[in-house]
Amino acid sequence: MMRLTAGIGALMRHREAGNFVMIVLLAIVVGLIQPRFLTLETLRNVMLAIPLILIAAMGQMMVIIARHVDLSMGSILGFSAIVAGMMFRDMPDVPILIGVLVAILVGAGLGFLNGAIVTLFGLPSIIVTLGTLSLYRGFVFLISNSRQVDPQFIPRALIQMSQTSPILGIPWLVIIAFLTALASYLFLDHMRLGRQIYALGSNPSAAPLRGIRVVPVTLLVFTLSGALAGLAGVMYAARFGYVNPGITGVGFEFTVIASVVIGGVSINGGVGTVLGTILGVILLGMVNVALPLLGVSEFWQSAILGAVIIVALLIDRSVRISGQQALAAERSAR
Amino acid sequence: MLRKSLIAGLIAGTALMATTALAADKTSIVYIPKNTGNPYFDSLVQGFVDGCEKAGCTFTTAAPATAEATSQIPFITAQTQRGVNVIAISPNSPDALDQVFDRARAKGTLVFAVNGDITGNTQHRDAAILPVDFTKTGPGQVELVGSMIGYEGEIAILSATTDAPDQNAWIKDMVATLKSNPKYAKMTLVATVYGDDEPQKSTTVAEALLSKYPNLKGIIAPTTVGIAAAAQVVQSAGKAKTVHVTGLGTPNQMRPFIKDGTVSAFQLWSPYNEGLLSAYFAVAVKEGKIKNEPGATLDVPGLGKVTVGPDHVINTQAELTTFNAANIDKFNF
Repeated sequence: MMRLTAGIGALMRHREAGNFVMIVLLAIVVGLIQPRFLTLETLRNVMLAIPLILIAAMGQMMVIIARHVDLSMGSILGFSAIVAGMMFRDMPDVPILIGVLVAILVGAGLGFLNGAIVTLFGLPSIIVTLGTLSLYRGFVFLISNSRQVDPQFIPRALIQMSQTSPILGIPWLVIIAFLTALASYLFLDHMRLGRQIYALGSNPSAAPLRGIRVVPVTLLVFTLSGALAGLAGVMYAARFGYVNPGITGVGFEFTVIASVVIGGVSINGGVGTVLGTILGVILLGMVNVALPLLGVSEFWQSAILGAVIIVALLIDRSVRISGQQALAAERSAR
Repeated sequence: MLRKSLIAGLIAGTALMATTALAADKTSIVYIPKNTGNPYFDSLVQGFVDGCEKAGCTFTTAAPATAEATSQIPFITAQTQRGVNVIAISPNSPDALDQVFDRARAKGTLVFAVNGDITGNTQHRDAAILPVDFTKTGPGQVELVGSMIGYEGEIAILSATTDAPDQNAWIKDMVATLKSNPKYAKMTLVATVYGDDEPQKSTTVAEALLSKYPNLKGIIAPTTVGIAAAAQVVQSAGKAKTVHVTGLGTPNQMRPFIKDGTVSAFQLWSPYNEGLLSAYFAVAVKEGKIKNEPGATLDVPGLGKVTVGPDHVINTQAELTTFNAANIDKFNF
C-alpha cells in the first residue's frame, strides 16, 4: 500500500506525463468533433503558432524557477523587434544575422536592467517588471517616432525563415525554437550554473549559505529572459512581416506566463522542466488553434482559455500536495 | 521719474499683450488620434500639417498610447486648458467623451469628430469630418469580393474585436446587402470571425477559416491587421488563387501582397484628405468665412467644393478608393 502511494507520488511528480495525456486527449476529442483538426495543415498551424511563445517561455521559465517573474517581456519583444525592423529599413544592406544579433543584444540589455533594478534595490520583480513593461513600451514609441516598419522593408529572406528551410521544409522559426529549448535543457540540467537557478528559487534565503552568488545568478536569469524575448522579437518580424509599435508584443507576456505555468513550472520557484514547458506551450497553442476551428463563439474563447490556465494551476497544486504526502508516507515508513 | 517709467512699462505691457493677441489670431488646432503608432493616423496628421501650412493655422497633435474608451479624456482636458481654438479628434468611444466635449465647447473651443463620429451623441460636437459616407463601405466591400469570385460561392468575414463599432456597422451592411441584392444571391456568408486586431490571433482564425471551409472563395477583412494576416495565411498556404482576400487596408501595409498577386484589390479612403479638409474648414469657420451649418460650401484646394451635410457631417470623398496593382504606387500611407 505504502509502496503504491509512493509509486503514484513518483508518477505524479512527473507533470510532463499529465500534460502529455492532456494533449493527446485534446487532439482526440477535438478530432472527433472536427475531423479537419487531425490534418498536417493543423499540425503546421500549431507549429507556426508556438515558436515565438516557446522561445520566450524558455526565458520566462528560468526567471520563474528563480522565484521571480518577468512581466516586461512583451515590451522587450516589441523594442527588439522595432530596433531590428528599423535597422532593416534604414540600412537595407545589413545582413539578417546582424539584425538577429542586435535584437538579442538589445533584449539582453533591457533584461539586464530589470535584473539590476531588482538586485540593486531588493525590489520584488513583479513590481519592477510591471514598471519596465510600461517604460520599455514607451521606448518603443520614442525610438520609432510612433511609426510602423512597413512590410516592404522587412527582408524577404527573413520572412522566408517563417515559411521554410532546407531541413524537410520545416520553417527555420520552428527549428530555432526547438534548438533554443534544447540549449535551455542542457544549461538547466547539465550545468552547475543552471542547477544553481533551481537552488536559488527553491530557497532564496539559504542560497548564499550553499555557495550560490545570488546577485550574479539573478542578473543572469533576467538577462537571458531579455535576450530570448529579443530573439522572439526579430522572429516576430519574420513571422508577421511588419513591426507596429502599438501592437507588437502587447499582451505577449501573459500568453508566455500562462504556457509556463500550464507546463508545470511552479510560481513559487525551484520547480519546472524544459520538457514540461514545451508541452505547456504546445497545449496552449493547440487550444488556441482548436477553439476557432470548433466554431466556439468568440465570446467564449477567452473564458475557456482562462479556465484552462486555472485547471492547470489546480493540477499543479494537487501534484505538490500528493507529492508531499507521498514523501511524508515514505519517511514515516522508514 | 517713477511715473514715467510706470507709464513706459504700461505701454510696453500693452504692446506685449497686443502681439500675443496677434499671434493668437492664427487659428490653433490640435488633433487627437485614437492612439499613437497607427500609420493610418500618421497620414491624417500629415494632411493637417500641409493644410495648416496653406490655410494658415498652428497645428499640434497628441495621442494616448492605447485606443481605450477613456484614454483620450486627459488630452482633451489639457488642450482645453491650453486654450486651443479647435480640437479635432478621432473618438475612441461614441459616448464616453460627451462631458469633456461640452466643457471644451463652453470655453469656445470648436470640437470636430474626425474619421469617426460619435453616433447618437452628435449634439456634443460641432462638426464631423468623415472620409466617405460609411453606409457605402459594406455594399462596396461585398461588390469587390463578388467581382473577384464571379458572384458565386462561400465567403467569410474576418473582423477586429467583437465590439468594434465601425466594423460592426459595416458587417451589418454587408449582411443586408448580401440578402437584399439578387446580384449576390449565389454568395453565402459562412462565418464572421474576430482577430481582435492582434496579428497572431488574426492569423489563427484565418487559418481556421481555411481548414473549416474547404470551399471558401473569399475573405473580407475590414481592418488593417486582419487583411494583412489573412493575405499572409492564403499566401503561405498556397491558396491565393482559390481564396480571394480583400477588405480595408493601407497601401503601405498591403503593397507586398498586391505586388506578388496574393491580393488583387482592396479598399480604403484617403486619411490625408481628412486632415487637409479639417484644417481648411477649421480656419474658414474660425475666421468667419463660412458658417458651420448644413448647406454651407467651402473650396478646398485639391478636393474641390465640399458641402456641410445634414447634422454637420462633411465627407471628403463620395466613394471608397479601390487600390490595385495599377494605382498602389501613387499612395504612401
